[in-house]
Formats: sequence, structure tokens, C-alpha cells
Amino acid sequence: MEQRIDAEQVRKVAKLARLALTEAEIEEFTGQLGAILGYVEKMNELDTTGVEPLAHCLPISNVLRADEVRPSLGTDMTLSNAPDSDGPFFKVPKILDEGAA
Amino acid sequence: MALHELTALELRDRIAAGTLSSVEATRAVLDRIERLDPTVGAYLAVFADRALESAQAVDRRIAAGEKVGPLAGVPLAVKDVLCTSFGATTCGSKILENFHAPYDATVIRRLQAADAVIVGKTNMDEFAMGSSTENSGYRKTANPWDTSRVPGGSSGGSAAAVAARLCQAALGSDTGGSIRQPASFCGVVGLKPTYGRVSRYGLVAYGSSLDQVGPITQSVADAALLLQVIAGHDPCDSTSVSEELAPVEDYLTRLNEPLERLRIGVASDFNAGADPAVREAIDRAVEGYRQAGAQIVELAMPHLDYAIAAYYVIATAEASSNLARYDGVHYGYRTKDPSDYIEVYSKSREEAFGKEVKRRIMLGTYALSSGYYDAYYLKALKVRNLIRGDFVRAFERCDCMMMPVAPTTAFAFGEKADDPLKMYLSDIYTIAVNLAGIPGISVPCGFDEAGMPIGLQVIGPAFSEARLLRIARMHEARTDWHTKRPALAG
Amino acid sequence: MSDLTYKIIVGLEIHVQLNTRTKMFCGCALSFGEEANSRVCPVCLGLPGALPVMNEQAVENAILAAMALNCEIASFTKWDRKGYYYPDLPKNYQISQYDLPLGGPGYIEIPLDGGKTKRVRIRRAHLEEDAGKNLHTSGYHSQVDLNRAGTPLLEIVTEPDLNSPEQVRALAVELQRIVRYLGVSEADMQKGHMRFEPNVNLVIERGGQQFKTPIAEVKNLNSFRALERSVAYEARRQLDDFLETGRTMQMGNKSTRGWDDVNEVTVLQREKEEAHDYRYFPDPDLVPVTPSEPWLAKIRSRLCELPVQREVRYVQEYGLSAYDAGVLTADRSTADFFEEAVKLGASAKRVCNLLTQLGLKLAKDRNSDLAGLGLDPAGVADLAKMIEAGTISASAGNTILTAMVETGKKPDALAEELNLIQKSDVGELERILDQVLAENEASVTEITTGGKKAQKARGYLMGQVMQKTKGQANPKIVADLLSKKLGS
Ligand SMILES: [Mg+2]
Ligand SMILES: [Zn+2]
Repeated sequence: MEQRIDAEQVRKVAKLARLALTEAEIEEFTGQLGAILGYVEKMNELDTTGVEPLAHCLPISNVLRADEVRPSLGTDMTLSNAPDSDGPFFKVPKILDEGAA
Repeated sequence: MALHELTALELRDRIAAGTLSSVEATRAVLDRIERLDPTVGAYLAVFADRALESAQAVDRRIAAGEKVGPLAGVPLAVKDVLCTSFGATTCGSKILENFHAPYDATVIRRLQAADAVIVGKTNMDEFAMGSSTENSGYRKTANPWDTSRVPGGSSGGSAAAVAARLCQAALGSDTGGSIRQPASFCGVVGLKPTYGRVSRYGLVAYGSSLDQVGPITQSVADAALLLQVIAGHDPCDSTSVSEELAPVEDYLTRLNEPLERLRIGVASDFNAGADPAVREAIDRAVEGYRQAGAQIVELAMPHLDYAIAAYYVIATAEASSNLARYDGVHYGYRTKDPSDYIEVYSKSREEAFGKEVKRRIMLGTYALSSGYYDAYYLKALKVRNLIRGDFVRAFERCDCMMMPVAPTTAFAFGEKADDPLKMYLSDIYTIAVNLAGIPGISVPCGFDEAGMPIGLQVIGPAFSEARLLRIARMHEARTDWHTKRPALAG
Repeated sequence: MSDLTYKIIVGLEIHVQLNTRTKMFCGCALSFGEEANSRVCPVCLGLPGALPVMNEQAVENAILAAMALNCEIASFTKWDRKGYYYPDLPKNYQISQYDLPLGGPGYIEIPLDGGKTKRVRIRRAHLEEDAGKNLHTSGYHSQVDLNRAGTPLLEIVTEPDLNSPEQVRALAVELQRIVRYLGVSEADMQKGHMRFEPNVNLVIERGGQQFKTPIAEVKNLNSFRALERSVAYEARRQLDDFLETGRTMQMGNKSTRGWDDVNEVTVLQREKEEAHDYRYFPDPDLVPVTPSEPWLAKIRSRLCELPVQREVRYVQEYGLSAYDAGVLTADRSTADFFEEAVKLGASAKRVCNLLTQLGLKLAKDRNSDLAGLGLDPAGVADLAKMIEAGTISASAGNTILTAMVETGKKPDALAEELNLIQKSDVGELERILDQVLAENEASVTEITTGGKKAQKARGYLMGQVMQKTKGQANPKIVADLLSKKLGS
């Protein structure tokens, strides 16, 4: 069976998913993901030309909410589960780069 | 009759009639938990004091002649996938070990509004990812019929609790079979409602387009009773359907009326993959319906063989995004001494997520990543449409479909744990129902030679729960499988 | 080198904060400087199990703005998740719109010098939620405030049709005017209600060859001035860089630069745009939006004539100067006020003068708009009519307008009270003039003989009439009478 995913790709995906995998895990996942993807490619047996992708089974649209204010949690409750906080803020190690927009 | 031999409905009626107090019933359950749960391992948290207080309040109100809700005083358990403002909500994961939700899931509010007594939260596969509850970050849950075997998953804790009578009934959640399969493995009833029937607000998401909360109970009537309470539109969930589109029916009232001229669809080729004992039990159940006057319709379901492939792309893709929020910044576990903020993410997640969760996040991230989206994710959505089409066509020819819940009965601990693909393949009979967004119910229909329970799955078109329950009840009324209890439960 | 010419190419990415009461997907009130993390709920904190529900007003505001930008409104639009990890983004995905935005291709007309306009194409307009804020106050830590997280944003992307810093600024000002006209955003740049990110590069022609410089995207612009200057700076910098290094655009070598407002330069932030992999996919927690015709019609009814169209019309229809038309149409309430007064039969020119020369100044001094001064279009129209009819002088008109603001009284009452009504009775004015002529024979002679002193003498006689009437003579009538008696 051809190799569907190699360790380098697994590392790349782990970085995207923010998982600091160990080398052992990378090796393990490379094999397992390869096997699963190999199975998943069974889908290619089906001709899906002209088939609409179905993201949702519900026949509904336009579910809207009136623009009315509802109570927020308040600062204390918002921070109550925070691993680290600084006054009314969540606290993280210094952020050096820019996020996306 | 001992209290634990009563169904939720029977218990409720006695409490309402004043012949039994909720405190008595609750205490009995708490005692059983104390005695048996060290063996079963169904619960992650038990709220003894809180439960007794709720029970007392119900008893007081009944004594005062006040009107009480349809579940007044009944001790129930809920899967730890549901947010509660009391106790922790861990979802079976170490990453949420100390997480205290500041709100209650809508279904929890509905249970409370119905005056149910919530005794505890049950064990599960971490983030509902698994078919054996072996992926819990906390403990092992044993199958009450044979404690060397798994209870199924991911709602294994709820199913084991109901089977061992460690509560009168429970709630689970079902993304790819997680209610029906453990119900089948544990010899109890499990209902996955139509997608959109029950609010997902406060249900910790795994695969958002597939997840649905539902009851796990000792009887079909109990499933109807619980569904009645939790179903209905919720303005907090954009994917819950309105009353106009699909009104909540009275599931209990006509439950015992058998259906005339019932047409049952069976896909024999598809069912052939199940173990002989399972196949036999299903055939026998279907034969029972035929004898009762039902017509059996042979169906071709050409796309069901592709359901697992599509499911493991769609569910993991959604999961990879749903679980991105567990990052150690705003709540949940944070790694000690991160060297920078990126490590807060990558190490917290690495240290606190279990193997299966990481595996699925990796798979889903890959399926959505640039260059692979079309081949995997988009392709899976198209296959999903084909699968739904199979059911749409099937339900033009029949009122329901019957098939196994799982190809085997409960397996031994560790049997499939080292081969994820093998584990995934065991979801063959449940997954398509989630992809199509339709309801399915598992009811006990026999035992294999090892004495492990087998479930019959009945599947119906969207929002046909009332009829589905009546069909399931027809089976229950003609057999006594549901009255069997594991020896452990006494 | 002497044959080198170049053209600046700019496209804009714009985020406009919509002025709803609550956030895009939850009921938290929009934040205006409250305590950090006080306006946060399970949904905008991204707690497990929490689910988004669309704010109807935000969707309507976005559609309205897209309509005003002449965008095609999608008959089917949906939500997608854009995945990236950042501490101000609690779910680590942003709910946005990817392949099916609610607004498709459109355009915006921007005013250029000399009363001309330019059409800038809009590529798309879509709705999304804002992130929170990261603050970098201490040396070792950053702080996160989620009050802003979930605020509804309209993202507008233009085609690269802008060719000068002035055009970029004109578009920004025009867009601000439009969204304020429609009432969909306060569009205050200092408060971050409008954020512009220009993508700048040059097309250089030299020796019959064409070169394109690498695109730079500029961030952190919080004023129109910064926007304009940053584009001008980038053009200079890119030209210099090209002359020095000959560097041209290759695949994907777009850089990100931040604007340093103090030194007025752009600073490199990211050289090679690291290929972001956002893993967009349809958000399974939300259902599509399929605007019905009646709903669109209801939204469309909130559309109004856009400022640039009004501006042109004021020049053509009312004969106002381009400058006056610009002042009157700068905000919708002023323009509406003006038109209301004109509709009541007042002269456009008179109303314009009253408003631009005094009314808006009074409003500005009091930090208010015209209505906030207690003025109404009917009162100003009456006042303009009195001036037009000669009942009062133009300068008395200004006195009365000030008094209207101070006292809230009607202009005719004030004219009486302040004794500002001009004498326009021709018979009486003629009698007074005859008397003045009789008393000033020397001046009369100077006029009738003509010559250098005639003009001055005429003015003197007019002054005498004014003195006798205590300044209330209608100068036009007196001048006419004078001409009739002594020739002009
Ligand atoms: Mg954006
Ligand atoms: Zn909120």
C-alpha cells in the first residue's frame, strides 16, 4: 500500500493543531493515520459528480435573534475558570507576533 | 418489588401518588451507587447531598398538594458531556478536570423544570470519542453483565448505570452511535432523536452536525417519558427545530397501541456483516413483527458501506475545530512553565488530551487542511448526501428499518484498543443514522452464547419519534428481554 | 532613468463595526470602555457547549451597507469557521464567511477634485465576528480582554482600483459618510470602528518594460491621515527599493508592514507571508441565511440617496458651490435638515448660507447637530424667506438665527422683538429719500455730474437714509429709488 502520509506531514498537521506530539506519537500516528486514510479513500469508489455536499440535514435557514441585550457573566465569573489572570484580564506569556484578521 | 426493579415511569407514578417518597427512592439509588459503583465505575461525580435536597423539595411540594413536573422525584444520571452549573463538567477529559461551567445545558434545565433529581454525572470516552468508554481520562467503566467487558461508548457510564440500576434512567449523547451501542451492549433502551429535536445548547460539542442528546432507559416507555421532557425548540440553539416545523408529540399516550399495516425495511446484505448470534437475534425480532402482521420489505442501501469513511472525516473535521478552544488560555488545563504563549497551546493540549482525541484532531485537521479539503472533507459531504438519499428512498417503501446496533456484543477490555481502525469499523450500523440526521432506537432483543445482550435497532424518518417508539414498544410488549437484569444488579 | 514612470496600485481591506446593541452571536451588549471582561458570556467566551445565534439587526445592517455599495446580495449565504490560534480568539476560530459572502461584486463612487467621481469596484462584503484585545503592557506577559470578542464586523474588500494616496483617503471618507448616512456604524476611526488595511504596490514602466513591485499590506492605521500618509510613504519606499535592488513581485512575496505613527514610516512585520492555512469549513452550529424578497425590500426601504449623489445634485439642482454642497452633505442629518427647509419653499442659497455660515458653527461649538440646537427646518425656512423677501437683512438673519438657538422663539417674533424688520414701504422710503436729497445738495450734484466722487456720494446718501430709519430701510429699495431719481 502506498504511503498516504509521512512523518513530515504529521509534524506539519500537529503544528497546525497545536499539539506538541512526542516523536513516539508522531511515529505511531503516521502509521495509524495512514491506515485510516487508506480506508477513508474507499469513498473514491463512488462517483459524486453532480452531488451537492451536505453539511447539514436540517431544512431550515434564517434563524435570527432580536438585537436585545441579555446579561453577561461579569468579570469575576468570566475569569473564574482561568488558569492565570491579572486583575480583570486573562494572563498569558508575552505575545510577540500578530494574529490574523 | 424492590425499588430498583421499578422503571422511571413506575417510580414517578408512586411518588406522585404519595405511596413512595423521592427521598426514599433517591437514597436507594445512592446506596446502590455506594455498594456497586466501585465495581461498575459508571459515575464520575455523585451529588448525594444535592440530590437528597432536590428529593426533599419534591416530597414537600407533593405533600403540600402542589403540581409537580413529569419526572418529579425520579433519580436520574446525566453523561458528563452536559454542562451543569453544579459540580465539574469534564467531558471525560483531563483538560477540563477543574472546569466549572457557569451555566446549565438546556436539557439539564428541562430535567430540573420537570422536577427530576440529578444524582450524578456519568463516565464517557473523552469528548465522546470512542465506542468502549476506555478513552475516559478518569476511570474504567465495566459492563454490568460481565465486568471483564466494556460497556460500549461513548455513553458507557450512562448505559452501565441504567443496566446496574444505579439510577432510574439517564441521558447520553450520540454522534455516531454513542447512545444506541452502549444501550445494546448493556441490555437497555437507547434513543437517538432526530437531529434538531433536542437542544444541543450546553452539550459539549464533538461533531456538531451529528451530535444529539437522548435517553438511555430500562424501557421504551421511559425513553418516551424522557424524550417528552427534553425535546423541543430552544432559541439558544440555531439548529433546534421550531414547533411549526416539527411539533413535539405526546410520545407516551398512544405508546401501547400497535401499528397496523406496518412496513419494515431490511437490508439483508448489509446486515450480513454482523456476528451470527447478532444476526439470528435480529432475524428473530423481525420475524416476530411479521407474525404480528407487519410486511417485510427488502431494501438495497448501496451507500451505507461508505458511511464509516464519510463519518470519520466529517466528525473529526468538526471535532478538530470544536476542540481548538481547549488551549489553556481562558479555562481548563494549562501546562506548567510554558516558555512562550505558543507552548501554552501546544503543551497544554499535548499533556491533557488523550491518545484517541489527539488522533481524531490530527485526522480532522488533515482533512480540512489546504490541499486535502476537496479530496476528504468535501468528498465526505457528498457521500453524506448519497447516504441520506438511500434513507429517503427507503422510507418511501417502508415505515421503519431494522438492523443490528453493532456487529458484535460487548467485547473485552483492550480487545480493540490498540487498533483504532478496527474500533471505528464496529460503528458500521449506527453511523449512517447520524449522517442522515434521522432517529434510531436500540431495544434489547436477545443474548449471545456468552450471555451478553444484543440490541435491535429501529430507524425511522426524521421526526418520526412517536411512531418509532410505538414500533419499539410492539417488540417490547411481545418479548421479555428488557426485563432481564445482570446478576450484579440483583 | 529619465523615462521611468510609475502608477500606484492600492486595494483596501476594510473592517467596519456595525452599531447594533448586542454582539453578533450572543446577547452581550457591545462594549464602550467598561471594565475588562465584564461583557462576556458563555458564547463569546467560547465555553464548551455554548452555541451562536445570529443577531438579526447585524445581518440587516450588513445587507443594507452592501446594498449601498451596489453589491449583489446573495440569495444563499452561510457561515464558515476560520481557524487560527490567538489568545484574543477564545474558540480559536473566527465565525466568518468564506466562499459565499452576503455581498458579491459592487462598487463605490468616490468624489475627486473638480466635482468628478471615480468608481472603485468592491470585490465582496461579508459579515464576521471581531476578536477580543491583547494588551502588551508588562515585559513578560500579555493581557487578554474579551469585551470586544464577538462584535459584528462588516468586512469589505475592494479591487485594486485606487491610484493615489488622495483617492485612498477619499474612499475612506466616503465610506465613513455612507455608513453613517445609513446609520449602520458610528464609523469612528479613533475608536476602531473602521479599520483600513491597504495593499500597496507600484507598476513601473521603464525603457518600454513593465515591472511590478512586491505588495505590502499596511496595518495599524487609526486615522485618515495615517491611511493617506502610509500609502504615500509606501509608494516612495517601494520606488526607492526598486531603484536600489530591482526587486519585483514574485509569487507570494507579499509582506506585512505596520504604520509607525510617530515617525510616519511603515515597518516590516512579516517578510514572506507565511502561507496561512485557516482550514475554513461551514460552521455546523449555524444555518444558512436565505434573504427573502420581502425581507430585502424592508431593508432596502432604509436605503437613502448616498452622500456623493446628493452632493452632485446640490450643485446641479440648487446651484450651490461644490464646497457648500460638500459641507451640507457631510452628514445625513444636516443634509436632511437642509432639504426639508428647501422643500418648505425657502431659497436653497439662503438656507445654505444660514447653515454653513452660522448654523453648523453654533452646532459645533455646542457639540451638537442642528436639531440638537432646537432648530427645526420650518423655522430656518421662514427665516430664509424673510431674508429673501427683504423683510430683514442678511446680517439681521444671522442675529435672529443666533437668537432662535438661544431663546427657541420663532424668527418673525424675534425680528419684531429685536426691531430688525426692514422698512420696505416704497412711499415712505421715497418721502425720507426726498428729504435727504433736499438736505444734501452737494452730494446730489456730485452724483449727477458723474465722475470719481459719484460713487462715494451715493453711499453717503444711502447712509443718511439708513440713519433716519435707524437701519431698518430695505437697502435694495432705497438704492432703486436713488437710481430712479438721479440716474445710475
Ligand atoms: Mg476578516
Ligand atoms: Zn457574549
